[in-house]
Amino acid sequence: MAIVFEKTEGLTGKPFHYCPGCTHGIAHRLIAESMVEMGILGTTVGVASVGCSYNSYEYFNCDMVQAAHGRAPAVATGIKRTLKDKTVFTYQGDGDLASIGCAEIVHAAARGEKICVFFINNAVYGMTSGQMAPTTLLGQVTTTSPFGRDASYQGYPINVAELLSNLTGAAYVERVCMTDFKNINNAKKAIKKAFKVQQAGLGFAFVEFLSTCPTNWGKAPLDAMDWLKEKMIPQYPLGCFKGEDITVQALDEMIAAKAAGEEVKA
Amino acid sequence: MAQKRLLMKGNEVIAEAAIRAGCRNYFGYPITPQTEVMHYMAKKMVQIGGNFVQAESELAAINMVYGAASAGFRAMTSSSSPGISLKQEGISYIAGAELPAVVVNIVRAGPGLGGILPAQGDYFQATKGGGHGDYRNIVIAPASVQELYELTVEAFNLADKYRNLVMILGDGTLGQMMEPVAFRDEEPIVTYEKPWATNGRGYNDDGSYKREHNTITSIYIDPDVLEVKNNELQAKYELIRQNEVRYEAIGLEDAEIVITAFSTCSRISRNVIRQAAELGIKVGMIRPITLWPFPTQAIADAAAMPNVKAFLDVELNAGQMIEDVKLAVNGAKPVYFHGRLGGNLPTQKEILDKIVAIHEGGKV
Repeated sequence: MAIVFEKTEGLTGKPFHYCPGCTHGIAHRLIAESMVEMGILGTTVGVASVGCSYNSYEYFNCDMVQAAHGRAPAVATGIKRTLKDKTVFTYQGDGDLASIGCAEIVHAAARGEKICVFFINNAVYGMTSGQMAPTTLLGQVTTTSPFGRDASYQGYPINVAELLSNLTGAAYVERVCMTDFKNINNAKKAIKKAFKVQQAGLGFAFVEFLSTCPTNWGKAPLDAMDWLKEKMIPQYPLGCFKGEDITVQALDEMIAAKAAGEEVKA
Repeated sequence: MAQKRLLMKGNEVIAEAAIRAGCRNYFGYPITPQTEVMHYMAKKMVQIGGNFVQAESELAAINMVYGAASAGFRAMTSSSSPGISLKQEGISYIAGAELPAVVVNIVRAGPGLGGILPAQGDYFQATKGGGHGDYRNIVIAPASVQELYELTVEAFNLADKYRNLVMILGDGTLGQMMEPVAFRDEEPIVTYEKPWATNGRGYNDDGSYKREHNTITSIYIDPDVLEVKNNELQAKYELIRQNEVRYEAIGLEDAEIVITAFSTCSRISRNVIRQAAELGIKVGMIRPITLWPFPTQAIADAAAMPNVKAFLDVELNAGQMIEDVKLAVNGAKPVYFHGRLGGNLPTQKEILDKIVAIHEGGKV
């Protein structure tokens, strides 16, 4: 019998602790599959963060480092600077990256660190039970904005992809979602492009994944998907904010030239 | 061995020693009075193909160290007191993840922004924890520029040997002073295998992976697992206590008064010992070189000697190491204290006056 679908060896097989309907699992699988398909699982080091994804270091089947809250881009900098020929990525949520880790993410991008950052934006702090995040929408009810986020009181959501795309060191910035087959395919393309941007040595690569949090949004999984499409996408439009003109073919040529150059040098 | 002596500043010697110890990864953030470490690294690391990153904050710098150490490389950062406070988060994580790293603290007077002049007010922070959780850093207190060189090289060996953070605790005096230093032709670098490093699983020729995935972490949600992890850490710390205590003892055999002092205070006290001898007072000194592990037994042994009548602890703080001295003396003899604050240094006369007063009947 032909195998039409199987587990990816990019994941360890340890059961996820994520809630039903949460899209962390899809993002994990897409990143893991991409590493395997690109043949880089053995040459990649990932950095997990603090929040729901703290345990991702046990799920990804590449070498993984668990970082302090918000500091993953700094940890990844230390890894990439010492392992220049390896692929390095961080996997961070919105509390981690857009709140406590704001300095680290902005400066990693500004330095043009040759790392990939996979950013899960679900508009709340998930792990600590649904507090307001920097990404929480105006009017959104959370455990720390129980009357809805009020701009005059709690300020405005941060659009991280747009913010980082203004930095020269950021080579590639894209926002995706995982609500349906088409968008899941687009997300995977973005992941692979981000890895290739790093391999080509172009600079900092950033993919923001709009994600669901049915538990803390108080919604059934499918309703959460609808809420993401209806409420989140108007605030966080999908698309490529930096590096749209860089084609995969051009990246492949750059990577090949780089590999050839290194061989000549050796 | 040809030993050319060079006149160098303490901070620059720390940087040179780290490079000689094989450290090729420096991550820092400017702060007085340690910035020359960073200046030296900024130039030298680029020249020798190492990594120098001026981080956006002390937090980022210590986490870059965490990353480089995870990958299996010798890595360091340096700062001064307020910056070291910021690094405590990362220092705790490094302890939890058992990563080898070297952190230099050229202490200035606190609390808060304090001042930029030398102090030893970070003794508690350095030796008792500083960050959260049950952990220990190996803390080394050099007393000269020559020792800054030799002990910084040693710090990298110790860090790798025990997978532990080693802190070099200096102060503004030591960092800023220029003294002759004799560099060795070859450094006693000990190389340790790091099979735990997260540097990529690697591929065999047939495309299979060389090993399972490695993970570096400090989180253990299961309390039983975390307790086992903590017990392993404590066993390691006990081993360090047994193996790595270093101190210098001077003139204990006939000393009536024993000074306890580290680093800069030991330098000042050394002269006081001679001056006291001219007055007919026999003074000895125990100078801890490792502040953790602390030379508790050496001090306890001195306290048990019949000739030793009293201790005088001299520090650039309000009395921090004296707590460890008193625990070691354990009431056997009186322990007196002389300290200066705010970035001021005690004069030899101040210390000598104290010794005379103790000698005349403990009226101090």
